[in-house]
Amino acid sequence: MPNSPEISISRRGVLAGSAASAVIAATTAGAAQRAAPATLAPLPAPAPQPMPVSLTVNGKVQRLSLDPRTTLLDALREHLHLTGTKKGCDHGQCGACTVMVEGVRINSCLSLAVMHEGDTITTIEGLGTPDKLHPMQAAFVKHDGYQCGYCTPGQICSAVAVLDEIKRGVPSHVSVSLTDHPQATNIEMRERMSGNICRCGAYSNIAEAMAEIAGENA
Amino acid sequence: MKAFTYERAGSAADAAAKVASTPNAKFIAGGTNLLDLMKIEVETPQHLVEVNGLGFDKIEATPEGGLRIGALVRNTNLASDARVRRDYGVLSRAIVAGASGQLRNKATTAGNLLQRTRCPYFYDTNQPCNKRQAGSGCAAIGGYSRQLAIIGTSDACIATYPGDMAVAMRVLDAQVETIDARGQARVIPIADFHRLPGTTPRIETALAPGELITAVTLPKPIGGQHFYEKVRDRASYAFALVSVAAVIQKDGSGRVALGGVAHKPWRVEAAEAQMPAGSRAVAAQLLAGARPTRDNAFKVPLAERTLAAVMNEARAA
Ligand SMILES: Cc1cc2nc3c(=O)[nH]c(=O)nc-3n(C[C@H](O)[C@H](O)[C@H](O)COP(=O)(O)OP(=O)(O)OC[C@H]3O[C@@H](n4cnc5c(N)ncnc54)[C@H](O)[C@@H]3O)c2cc1C
Ligand code: SF4
Ligand code: FES
Ligand code: FES
Repeated sequence: MPNSPEISISRRGVLAGSAASAVIAATTAGAAQRAAPATLAPLPAPAPQPMPVSLTVNGKVQRLSLDPRTTLLDALREHLHLTGTKKGCDHGQCGACTVMVEGVRINSCLSLAVMHEGDTITTIEGLGTPDKLHPMQAAFVKHDGYQCGYCTPGQICSAVAVLDEIKRGVPSHVSVSLTDHPQATNIEMRERMSGNICRCGAYSNIAEAMAEIAGENA
Repeated sequence: MKAFTYERAGSAADAAAKVASTPNAKFIAGGTNLLDLMKIEVETPQHLVEVNGLGFDKIEATPEGGLRIGALVRNTNLASDARVRRDYGVLSRAIVAGASGQLRNKATTAGNLLQRTRCPYFYDTNQPCNKRQAGSGCAAIGGYSRQLAIIGTSDACIATYPGDMAVAMRVLDAQVETIDARGQARVIPIADFHRLPGTTPRIETALAPGELITAVTLPKPIGGQHFYEKVRDRASYAFALVSVAAVIQKDGSGRVALGGVAHKPWRVEAAEAQMPAGSRAVAAQLLAGARPTRDNAFKVPLAERTLAAVMNEARAA
């Protein structure tokens, strides 16, 4: 494993705290979510039984046997060792875990791997390689769309998916008209990227990288 | 997360029967609310029945001129449907005002209706919460209650229903279609679907154990201008402090429901007669009997002003 557990856990704690407090603003829920669980289950838990799961990840068929509790994120990182996809909050709040499933972006932390039997998944490793970057990856480099880079794989997967969603006519909260085809304007892209939180605040450069790619495809 | 066993349902009746007959079993659809709560052990099901393969993922025209939305239609697909955007704009607007693009791609119609409260004490297993553990008390009463309910509350619970989509469905008079463990289908009007907390805040909806949602139907379009105005602490990606779903006709008549103020989408049909008289008159009747806390008393004028803004916009258009 490239990440030592101490480092990934402390980083996770820091990011989870910031993302949680951003989403559930000014409440105690951020801290509450990591509080020790009380004894709630009345019956003893069943012993976990591994289940077979087959996924096509970045073009390769992967057959796994997983505890049903395994999230898609943990299957990718811990079982397939595709550590490009990051764990920030593990609660759907930060977007660091964004991957594409059947061409659509989701939070891999809030999905069980067993819910994806037969699905085709693209992670940051599948978008491009160091010698052959995806145009969005190249644009992030060109426009300095990151500082520490922790949120970046999720940002890039989301950015690629956002341009596709605009192309497919998916409306957003800031679309003036529901019936006109949405355009890849700055305000549209910012709204659609709101599920990806960047602790380093690289937002404006991310928007510039996206604008360049959106312009090329227009 | 507690261990659980897992199966994919073969049919709707099979899914309902399995959940009804297995102790501590639950359906899972998108998983975006259930897994979130399972990770912190607020939810501890021992068996999950996945319903994504049941084929309830279509939006179809009904013979009455409305739409039948499958329980498993993803929120993004519902908000993007051309018929919904054209005829039920309030619903598209409410959906895209909630959560994030990634979450809406995964979240389903049924799962969205059944999302649980965001009361911070419900999430904190070290705190008393009658909704999480019956009889344990309510930490929110006398605690931090800025986001919580102002009307329809009880001495047991002051939580809100946090969702956006259902508020639009309430204004549209949607109906929830279900099937139970015996294979019996029934239709529940959205007005009766979510319950007030009363003395049993654990029981949040009219669903029986194991009852599976199969679809939500919308009656034929009612025209008018459609609005979903959501007021929150940030411009995006936050739950509502107050939201207003409204359909307003040319003559000034219309329908209105509020989100973020009660344990269910809040609509009082009688108050809508006041629409031509203005937002004050409507809000006075809509929120008559409100019992806000010190922390959330601001929601009463905020709801009225948000409604005023929507009614002004309707007049200006
Ligand atoms: C960070 C974050 C921000 C969010 N912000 C918003 C917001 O601003 N506005 C908003 O409205 N929502 C918001 N949400 C909530 C989101 O909309 C819900 O998580 C989602 O709609 C739940 O749908 P699902 O299919 O994933 O449900 P699941 O998690 O699969 O299920 C939820 C519940 O429904 C039950 N269920 C599922 N399908 C059926 C069925 N067919 N019949 C009977 N029972 C069923 C399950 O047993 C479970 O109890 C947010 C969520 C997160 C994580
Ligand atoms: S308001 Fe309801 S959900 Fe919140 S602590 Fe009280 S009982 Fe629990
Ligand atoms: S890890 Fe934060 S959204 Fe999944
Ligand atoms: S979190 Fe550091 S670059 Fe976004």
